[in-house]
Amino acid sequence: MASVCFYFQVHQPYRLRHYTIFDQSTDYFDSFKNSQVCRKVADKCYLPTNRLMLELIRRHGGRFRIAYSITGVILEQFREYAPQVLESFQELARTGCVEFLAETYHHSLSYLFSPQEFVSQVEAHRHLMQELFGQTPRVFRNTELVYNNSLARTVEQMGGFDAILAEGADHILGYRSPNYVYRPPNTRKLKLLLKNYRLSDDIAFRFSNRGWSEWPLRAEKFGQWISAVNGNGYVVNLFVDYETFGEHQWEDTGIFEFLRHLPDEVLKHPDNDFKTPGEVADTYEAVDAVDVPHFVSWADIERDLSAWLGNPMQHNAIRELYNLESLIKASGDPEVLESWRKLQTSDHFYYMCTKWFADGDVHKYFNPYDSPYDSYINFMNVLDHLRSRCNRTVSAPADAVTATASMSR
Amino acid sequence: MSVRTIMLGWEFPPFISGGLGTACYGLTKAMGRMGMEVTFLLPRMNPVRISGGNPETVFELESGLPNVRLRPVPSSLIPYGKYGPRSPARRLSATELESLCGGPAPYGPNIREEVHRYATRVLQIAESEQFDIIHAHDWMTFPAGIALAAHSGKPLVVQIHSTEFDRSGEHVNQYVYDIERHGMHAAAKVITVSNYTRNIVINRYGVPPEKIEVVYNGVEASGEVLSRQEAPVRKDLDRVVLFLGRITMQKGPEYFLQAAKRVLEKEKNVKFIMAGDGDKLYGTIEEAAWLGIGHRVFFTRFLRGADVHRVYQMADLYVMPSVSEPFGIAPLEALQHSVPVLISKTSGIAETFRNALKVDFWDIDEMANKIIAVLRHPPLQEALRVNGRREAVRFRWEDSAARVHEIYRRVLNVA
Repeated sequence: MASVCFYFQVHQPYRLRHYTIFDQSTDYFDSFKNSQVCRKVADKCYLPTNRLMLELIRRHGGRFRIAYSITGVILEQFREYAPQVLESFQELARTGCVEFLAETYHHSLSYLFSPQEFVSQVEAHRHLMQELFGQTPRVFRNTELVYNNSLARTVEQMGGFDAILAEGADHILGYRSPNYVYRPPNTRKLKLLLKNYRLSDDIAFRFSNRGWSEWPLRAEKFGQWISAVNGNGYVVNLFVDYETFGEHQWEDTGIFEFLRHLPDEVLKHPDNDFKTPGEVADTYEAVDAVDVPHFVSWADIERDLSAWLGNPMQHNAIRELYNLESLIKASGDPEVLESWRKLQTSDHFYYMCTKWFADGDVHKYFNPYDSPYDSYINFMNVLDHLRSRCNRTVSAPADAVTATASMSR
Repeated sequence: MSVRTIMLGWEFPPFISGGLGTACYGLTKAMGRMGMEVTFLLPRMNPVRISGGNPETVFELESGLPNVRLRPVPSSLIPYGKYGPRSPARRLSATELESLCGGPAPYGPNIREEVHRYATRVLQIAESEQFDIIHAHDWMTFPAGIALAAHSGKPLVVQIHSTEFDRSGEHVNQYVYDIERHGMHAAAKVITVSNYTRNIVINRYGVPPEKIEVVYNGVEASGEVLSRQEAPVRKDLDRVVLFLGRITMQKGPEYFLQAAKRVLEKEKNVKFIMAGDGDKLYGTIEEAAWLGIGHRVFFTRFLRGADVHRVYQMADLYVMPSVSEPFGIAPLEALQHSVPVLISKTSGIAETFRNALKVDFWDIDEMANKIIAVLRHPPLQEALRVNGRREAVRFRWEDSAARVHEIYRRVLNVA
């Protein structure tokens, strides 16, 4: 058997507006830019791709099956700026061929800094999936596929999860193939699905690269690569950003045509099928435990945390953010809490990355800043203002008590 | 084939007052090291003397410059006008001050004569020289370059280090503008130090774009720079923000002051040092007093040698708020001293340098915002320092010289 397991990541952050140390507004987010990006990507990617997915699911009568992980912050933006996108995802949910995965509501790195915050964000996201799509997720993927052994244990302890996703990085797999189901060490029944990064990246990154020896990539050729897995594995995990379709790979590259014909080509081989991550976990037994003591992610060639935590500015910003946790929660101000959570979205730290700044590379995509320094300054100014708001609300009741006391005297 | 160049410049170490001398020296030295023969004709070197210093001979200067010959041209041409730092420090009278305010860059009354006399003498001296190409730096040498090209039949390349629009804003000196324009049109190629300047040359001087080549400046790798750890200067609790450059309209000193005032609203322990001379010096001192920040702004006048090193060692941030800066070597020098930089977007360096903070010179709040950020956040200061320094050392004069050589070969059609 070779099962194709598609999972698409759908996410956009709440980008910050330009905010100087002199600003006093409590409105930190650039609603104009965010609505612009949301509508643009909706038109180029989300709407046409959802339409195509629906068409494919109907045409193949249940044999074409896919999964999404959609963050809470993009769903909020869909509601506000592009409600028709949300409706089209709901229509996909109703086909019964689409699985929705769980992740942190705010696409955060909270697992690294605050386990209790992490748990509450995952719970919030699970509830949102139930509310919007009528299903409770049973498979977990962490932000940017950040993963290690202890994350797997935490997720199992939360309960209700049958599988977890991670990057099939060479340094964790060694000689082993990502095309089997594995398990994390020291867990009882949780299964580990690892991304086949070669085949995933063929679609997500190399598809339009004319310098690539396999260019142009057609569905037929890709279908043959999938069929070749038969006998060497059970499942090909294709984990890609949804924006690959129409946004990272423009329509004129032929990416939609590729997708349109892919199910036919895969299903040509009688032993092939499509399965969602939950179905893969139900169908196949784990063959081995994969030990991941250090964090891996799906970013860049390093496949580590260095895109978000690679320089002192990023460490400083994120530590200052999580240092505020008790103050924020003590303030009892829901608006402050919500802003703090939106600041946790990993993209804010990604913009501060200096790793490839010299070459000015892929990371420019959707990046609202001219430089990582500008993004750090902006973030720290917002954080400073947020802190001053909690100081006010936290110290206010104390003042009120003193004032009452002195008046009664 | 080795190209023999006759170069017309107007300042050279140890007589430097700004970027032009530094650039001519760096470029010429690198060209010489690459085996190109350069004869540099320099106004007023009979004999070379540093005021108050040791006499220095042409011979000694040449000894560090293989393949370069220096030939003095008796002349009293002074770059940047008569209030450049070469003129002795003295108080200006009220009328002199007034005449300078808002006017075009101040040149002496006999500037036309001097430019003409320089051209005549260059022709005489060049009689005894063998050369393939003429390379003239900035407008004062253009009449000489044009005359020499006509006389010798050799091609002329002019290099624009700054235009009249950079120096004087919209109040251009028509005489200077005409010479600049004439030189650019007479030349076989125009070299600019940035795309920023290239656009000015296209839009303001009507030069066809295909005739203009950009050659970025380099920065001298200076071995004598002390690391911050061994710096002898004891730092007090105050953080120091540095302006170092000529205090003229072009350099934007008033924007620096206004940003300083905004910074002091948020941060108490900050000093602002303004190092340099210029026709706006006294006005700037008064302005600081008017803004009520006179006790936080310090004026050092023009600094040389060890004093420059010392002031860099004191600084936490270097700010270049230029209204119009064709290139901007100074930020690269600051980074060599491990001082992070905040630079104006209207500069040549901003278009090609990444690891600096950038700001519109008129955006006072944003300038203050960024100054405060550097003072408050050590990780930011450190990142700008380390990454900026690494990037700054990549600006090498050898690369500029190689580009110039390439341009010569195209002009001479020997490619």
